[in-house]
Amino acid sequence: MKKQDVLDTSNLDEQKLAELDHRIESIEGNVEEALIDILHQAQNLFGYLPYNLQRYVAKKLGLPSAKVNGVVTFYSLFSERPRGKYTVSVCMGTACFVKGADKVLNRILGLTGTEKNVMSEDGLFTVQDVRCIGACGLAPVVTINDKVYGNVKPSDVDDIIRRYKKGDEYAD
Amino acid sequence: MRIDTREKLSEIKTANSGHKKKVSLYVCTGTSCLSMSSDLLLERFEILIDEKNLDADVEVVRTGCLRFCGQGPLVIIEPEGTTYTQISLSDVDEIVEKHLIEDTRVERLYYEDPKLQKKVPLADEMDFYKKQKRIALRNCGLINPWRIEDYIAQDGYRALADVLENYTPEDVCNTIEKSGLRGRGGGGFPTGKKWFFTLREESDEKYIICNADEGDPGAFMDRSLIEGDPHALIEAMAIGGYATGATQGYIYIRAEYEVSIEPLRAALSAARSYGLLGSGLFQSGFDFDIEIKIGAGAFVCGEETALIHSMHGWRGEPRTKPPFPSQQGFRGRPSTVNNVETFVNVPQIILNGAEWFSSIGTEGSSGTKVFALAGSVRNVGLVEVPMGTTFRDIVHVIGGGAPEGKAIKAVQIGGPSGGVITEEHFDTPIDYYSLNDIGAMMGSGGMIVMDEDSDMVDISKFYLDFTQEESCGKCPPCRVGTKRMYEILDRLLAMEGTPEDLERLRTLGHNIQTASLCGLGQSAPNPVMSTMQAFPEEYEAYAYRTKRTAYEIDLSLCIGCTKCKRVCPVDCIEGELRGAHVIDPESCIACGACHEVCPKDAIIEP
Repeated sequence: MKKQDVLDTSNLDEQKLAELDHRIESIEGNVEEALIDILHQAQNLFGYLPYNLQRYVAKKLGLPSAKVNGVVTFYSLFSERPRGKYTVSVCMGTACFVKGADKVLNRILGLTGTEKNVMSEDGLFTVQDVRCIGACGLAPVVTINDKVYGNVKPSDVDDIIRRYKKGDEYAD
Repeated sequence: MRIDTREKLSEIKTANSGHKKKVSLYVCTGTSCLSMSSDLLLERFEILIDEKNLDADVEVVRTGCLRFCGQGPLVIIEPEGTTYTQISLSDVDEIVEKHLIEDTRVERLYYEDPKLQKKVPLADEMDFYKKQKRIALRNCGLINPWRIEDYIAQDGYRALADVLENYTPEDVCNTIEKSGLRGRGGGGFPTGKKWFFTLREESDEKYIICNADEGDPGAFMDRSLIEGDPHALIEAMAIGGYATGATQGYIYIRAEYEVSIEPLRAALSAARSYGLLGSGLFQSGFDFDIEIKIGAGAFVCGEETALIHSMHGWRGEPRTKPPFPSQQGFRGRPSTVNNVETFVNVPQIILNGAEWFSSIGTEGSSGTKVFALAGSVRNVGLVEVPMGTTFRDIVHVIGGGAPEGKAIKAVQIGGPSGGVITEEHFDTPIDYYSLNDIGAMMGSGGMIVMDEDSDMVDISKFYLDFTQEESCGKCPPCRVGTKRMYEILDRLLAMEGTPEDLERLRTLGHNIQTASLCGLGQSAPNPVMSTMQAFPEEYEAYAYRTKRTAYEIDLSLCIGCTKCKRVCPVDCIEGELRGAHVIDPESCIACGACHEVCPKDAIIEP
């Protein structure tokens, strides 16, 4: 029996794919050197890098898909899983750790009912620990999408997460 | 306008020198202050100054890091240097009203010296700033990084003009070698020598690469330099390009530093539009341009061969050396890789001479070093000091000691590749040789202060968790070894370890240090090895299971408010309202929740 190997991209938004095509076509110089940049752009468009999207990129760039997958899985900023509406990042830099960031992280995981890097069931949260974000003066630091919360205590977390669950994330 | 002569450079310098208006108001937009919305403060200042018709006399300057991050957001008002700290949006109106209009001062926003318990109005009078000497950070916080003219006003690009007019590439390498500048990224290799290596290679194309993949947790020197003074890096790279024979430069920066990439892009295009990047710089035959390469989150990419692989679009795995990058680097061509801080020293060395630079610091370790001071210390921020400054001065004078009068137990330098310095070595001058003598290394500049409450075993586990996760996986000693070390530490902390585990840690650590492929693997066991040596009793307490791991309630202080009982996540606190409460040590998970809510400080930490 012939092995089936059809690249099925039907679940991917066509408009976004066209946008990605456009960006791939505008690469100047060596295509391979642009791989990491293209993956950043693909992730910005689709939110994450599902396997068929990785293969699509590979085909477009004329690279083996094993190579693309190798790069995706090597770098921590690339995600192969869908992400929640809010990405909650707890800084685990040394300064934050020394000031109790691990306790903050555990509290957040408990409140959102998730594990690290797994989207919560309601699709709202992906909780992750990140390396130093360079705001050590504010340790411990939590960022939710672009908003930065400094000097966070485990007891502050309930309030913050509750606001995002209710949807009024910008209320202070 | 194209700047291609010294005269044109001087013209721009003259036109932009000095304070443009009577009063200059500097608002810090470094990462830390920006995270506390200092951009909104800046906007508010601009609106108010416009509304009150003050714009003829007052200019608002958007600066890079003012360095005293722990007191942010910061505003400094020149010419007198009044410094306002921890400003919120509502304070802006008061500063404009009182300081700018009524010419009185808003004393409640002054920094309060925690030791003297006295308000200090001027930055120059604060212990935090007094002992510092700035070469790398000289423009950081003093100029608007978004304006190339501000940089030129501080003699920017004059070193490049000098070099292209009066120096041969060999002269430049010689000057840098004589100055004694060494790599600030951690390795400490003499920069002039590195440049000579690349210069000597024959090739149709060479590259000069800036390593801005600052991955040490707790370090923010390079990002502050790039955000605060991007043109210094650009100028230095052009000089380095000329000295080594490269016409193309690359800045490899980590993707996490989105905020830093923006001013850098703007600076590159400003330099291009003035003809300070491009072809035939200063009417010489030298062409040079710079491109930005963005990483995607991998600590190991700070290692130069891994960084080059990542620039190729590959997995960022290191390889064995030789061949060194100066022989076979990016695209197989000779390449020089230097760190951000190393680069920004270069224009100053050219302008002031090699003797000037080598007269600062100590024998064999010239110049200054920038440290990111953080952790359990009162004054958190960026610190630049001459080589030879002692740990005691940095931690106790500049840093102001630990908060709440706690005792400082150790200082961790060099991040996951470094080790701890204990009290007995606090008077060691910080330079390459003295650190080597006490078995430590300079590292890239992360400096984390740990107080009496820090558990060294726990901190070692933190670092090992970092390295085993960031290990690229290419060589087994690092990939498997760090994982095993992490598991042993985890076991010890869970009180499930044995005394034999200590010997296992030592052997494993030694093997990883000697058998790993790259510098990161070789240094991965350092945090464990150095804490085991300095604090053996802490490891033994876990290994022999004599360590207390539960919180306890001081019955003489407990008022029976039930707060702790209500907050305990594992319900291990018993007691009635207004009666004494007791923690069951068997079930306590030492989360600290009770300790935090207790109004009487009756809960004793383990």
